[in-house]
Amino acid sequence: MSAVTRSRPRSNPVHWLGYGLVGIVVLFGVVSFFWTPYALSDMAGGRLEPPSAAHWAGTDRLGRDLFTQLMIGARIALVVGCGAVLIGGVIGIVTGVLAAFATRVADDALAAVFDILIAFPTLLIAMLVVAAREEASLGTAILALGIGLSPIVGRITRILTKRVLSKDYITAARVSGTGWGSIVFWHVLPNIAPFLGVNLALQFGLAVMAEASLSYLGLGAPPPNASWGRMLQEAQGTVYTAPWGALLPGLALFALVIGINLLADGLRDRFDPQRRDG
Amino acid sequence: MALLTVETLTLATADTVLVEDLSFTIAPGERFGLIGESGSGKSLTSLAVTGLLPRAITPSGRIVLDGTEVIGASERALGALRGRAVATVFQEPLTALDPLMPLGRQIAGPVRRRLKRTGEASAAAVTAEVRKLTDQVRLPDPERLLGAYPHEVSGGQRQRVAIAMALACRPKLLIADEPTTALDVTTQAEIVTLLLDLVRDEGIALLFISHDLGVVGQVAERVMVMRNGRAVESGPAGQVLTAPRDDYTRSLVAAARRFDDALEGRP
Repeated sequence: MSAVTRSRPRSNPVHWLGYGLVGIVVLFGVVSFFWTPYALSDMAGGRLEPPSAAHWAGTDRLGRDLFTQLMIGARIALVVGCGAVLIGGVIGIVTGVLAAFATRVADDALAAVFDILIAFPTLLIAMLVVAAREEASLGTAILALGIGLSPIVGRITRILTKRVLSKDYITAARVSGTGWGSIVFWHVLPNIAPFLGVNLALQFGLAVMAEASLSYLGLGAPPPNASWGRMLQEAQGTVYTAPWGALLPGLALFALVIGINLLADGLRDRFDPQRRDG
Repeated sequence: MALLTVETLTLATADTVLVEDLSFTIAPGERFGLIGESGSGKSLTSLAVTGLLPRAITPSGRIVLDGTEVIGASERALGALRGRAVATVFQEPLTALDPLMPLGRQIAGPVRRRLKRTGEASAAAVTAEVRKLTDQVRLPDPERLLGAYPHEVSGGQRQRVAIAMALACRPKLLIADEPTTALDVTTQAEIVTLLLDLVRDEGIALLFISHDLGVVGQVAERVMVMRNGRAVESGPAGQVLTAPRDDYTRSLVAAARRFDDALEGRP
């Protein structure tokens, strides 16, 4: 008779780095709602000043404080990431589960749709949505990226759901008269959640990167939103004279995406009981 | 009137016949054994009885379970039938239990569904019923085990939980599909005794599927031997297993006897 063991998850320093990086970005993003060192439109600083006590990250060529822009950029990255993953997740999970339950023909059709949409670069889908909405706004960017991510989530949900549906415990549940609704909510979703959660976190990272790319192309959040992508674009003309203007938003983007990926790993280890004792 | 009637059941895919012209009945409270080697169609037959065949397999013939035609029935009718009339205990309890749900909650699921049908499914009533079931299946240390996940307990304990889940439905027919095959020998004996006691006490009919003649002989009153999807012999367990008429059954019995002799060191 084996004893019931419920060891605490081993804390992995790499995961803590992930929590830390994401935590810092979240902290700056939240604080930016209440306080920033300067107003975003404050052009009182000198042009292209290097980092100093007055301007922690220097200034851009209009004399605006870069640290202020970085903080607001953190807020925008998080809002876009959460929004896009929420939209893409809901569309993807619903269609993926439906595909797994559908008849053969409908399943094949949905699988083909997922594959075709995945073959479209997410950025291209996003640009089409921005074009269709005829204006670049934060909401449009979120919607566009959400739609762009949904087939990836849909495809992985479909595969994971099919794998769970083939398990004996689903047959066992059906034999005891469990309805399909209960099977999805009590058996399928909890069993795909650890894998799906990791994937959604990775999608969050992709969404943040894609938003930076959209903003870089001028299709993202319009001014006065200071997205990291737009900061990169504005700094590219002065990258030799004022490298910090491009370096800092680039590093911020890098830190958030790496942090999210490490956090995804950590969450998986924590929430999958079969890995707890391993 | 028979609880389960199977008449000229044939199961086939597009190009192969898997089970052919199978007929048997099980009376309320009767213990019926289905014997056969792997691939003889025993498990498919049990899936057909619960209406859970894979889509690729087409059934024909008649299956009447507790007055309901199973073949051709709607998913809704089958859903009601499954909870009420029949429950199944599977071969491998590790895969038959949801790996991410504590054992107590897994037993509570069918309990809650049954109590809802009869009216009062309060949390207290469900908990009380779960505890009653764990006592019935003699699950040791229930306080601790009900909060545990399937991979944290032993195979025998998992199978006890699976049996508790099946009993929670208060079925009229319990299908046990090789319920002891995945367990070690001493645990096998415990689980067989437990199943036997439970179906006797509760008056549940049992469809016991196994390739192990010794176990079937211990459990079933009537048996049917299957080979390559066909019934080769059926009758009272004592008669079929001691004085088999069919060549195949005779070879099975002889093999089992040789095995027992070898175990006991007889030449």
